[in-house]
Amino acid sequence: MTNVYMPRKAEIISIIPQTDIDYTFRLKSDILPQHGQFLQVSIPKIGEAPISISDYTDEYIELTIRKVGTVTDAIHELKPGDLLFIRGPYGHGFPVEDFKNKNVVIAAGGTGLAPVKSIINRYYRNPKEIKKLNILMGFKSPKDILFEDEIKKWKEKFDVLLTVDNGNETWTGNTGLITKFIPDLKIENPDDTIVIVVGPPMMMKFTCLEFLKRSIPEKNIWVSFERKMSCGIGKCGHCKINETYVCLEGPVFNYTKSKQLLD
Amino acid sequence: MGVELNAKSFNDALKILSIKYKIFAPVRLKGKGAFSDTDLVTYGEISSYKDIELSEKSRYSPKEVIYPITQTLFYFTEDEYKEPEIDDKGIVVFLRPCDANSYLKLDNIFLKNGPYEDNYYKRLRDKVKFFVIECTKGFSTCFCVSTGSNKFLDYDVFFRFDDDKITCDIKNEEFSYAFSGKEVEFSPEFIEKNEIDVKLPDIGKISQKVEYVFNHELWDEYTKRCIACGRCTVSCPTCSCFSMQDIFYKDNPKCGERRRVWASCMVDGFTDVAGGHSYRQKYGERMRFKVMHKIYDYKKTLQHNNVHWLRKV
Repeated sequence: MTNVYMPRKAEIISIIPQTDIDYTFRLKSDILPQHGQFLQVSIPKIGEAPISISDYTDEYIELTIRKVGTVTDAIHELKPGDLLFIRGPYGHGFPVEDFKNKNVVIAAGGTGLAPVKSIINRYYRNPKEIKKLNILMGFKSPKDILFEDEIKKWKEKFDVLLTVDNGNETWTGNTGLITKFIPDLKIENPDDTIVIVVGPPMMMKFTCLEFLKRSIPEKNIWVSFERKMSCGIGKCGHCKINETYVCLEGPVFNYTKSKQLLD
Repeated sequence: MGVELNAKSFNDALKILSIKYKIFAPVRLKGKGAFSDTDLVTYGEISSYKDIELSEKSRYSPKEVIYPITQTLFYFTEDEYKEPEIDDKGIVVFLRPCDANSYLKLDNIFLKNGPYEDNYYKRLRDKVKFFVIECTKGFSTCFCVSTGSNKFLDYDVFFRFDDDKITCDIKNEEFSYAFSGKEVEFSPEFIEKNEIDVKLPDIGKISQKVEYVFNHELWDEYTKRCIACGRCTVSCPTCSCFSMQDIFYKDNPKCGERRRVWASCMVDGFTDVAGGHSYRQKYGERMRFKVMHKIYDYKKTLQHNNVHWLRKV
């Protein structure tokens, strides 16, 4: 009988610090996930945690992990050549096939950028797959900005708006929440525009409402939920909202579904 | 057609069965109750008729026979994962129809919900044989008739215990060898009315008024009264949530194990996510979530045909 809880080894190829507490771990792997799916990542004797896949090729996957708990603290102690243990990928990702030839807007708050980074890089490699890409990114402060090198690269091809809640003496960019910039965002044809929103719960709620005010149809908005998956396969109950298991039906949901998920 | 036994021939049967099976039934553990000088009625292994406790409702359900409170999933040695072996013996459980039906609820979560079968559950579940205890009166707090869990026909052997007179109906011929006695006419009976009737709402009506149900003042009362101890979910035979937990051995920190342990949607920490967010912080919200899972969500997504878990009253 297949042991569905049995993880497999994945060697850490490299570790790229993004901020003081966010590192990107590149793992040797031939997993080809959907954009937005997650893995159950573990260290034996420490524990297991759900982590979204921030990028991948056919030779590696990347996990951008914030140091916020027992498991992630231990992962941050690892070095290239060490092993992580992974199960998955699990859940449903973004239906990118349905986004072809559309205008796409991605609004990401903080570490919410990680689950959508692979989509942005997909469009960076294949810009003709969509009509246009707008990226809105919000971070708490300049020192919390993730993927700075890639953001510079994205600016070459896409409209990128980067904002921080609180700047510092050297910050010359935008300040304020993402929601502040949505009213002025150039949206030519709302019906032909797909919006992806990922971030903290409050950010997602109010960002979606701002896009609805801009006449984006509910069915064109996609979000990704963060929940504590203990099993990842619909058994443990931790991620359940109403009758919906986020690990099975999500973590990516269409807004028409997500608005019905009441805690 | 049934077989009539007495205590001695019943004990002889247990002895024969114990060669191939571990046998569980409600038992009384003297002095193990929650309060001083009280007993605990729970499920445990038995070897004779006198071990079976039939006079009192059990505090815990038989679910831990196949779904242990703590279950080791792997042993770790350095970077190796090793799955624990399990006992070769089969499992016989003496239980009432309500508890037998509750196993079907667990089956739906562990075997049918999601794309995979839970292998740890399945390997124990496949061993289980149901020895159903006839229950025609119930206890003062029972409401199995309202939930449709008062009948269970898919038993292996059905028993009527009447002091020294024990009658059984052997449906699974695999067990015929163990029970020898006079053949008698015997038809299993089930309880038809409890002292308590529970009125369960119509699922269709809930669907039309989900927000009304969610915001009902009833839950505010639970916010005031519930202490979120999780006792209800520990006792409930259909509660199945768990958490994964890794440990290392103090005397050899390089070795350890990954376990799953029962968890509860009623208890603090169940919904915590990285970074400090958590959901359903009010105890009333947790009660609403749990109740809706039992009477609405489950019906909507996992209803099976054997038991009418929800029915209009």
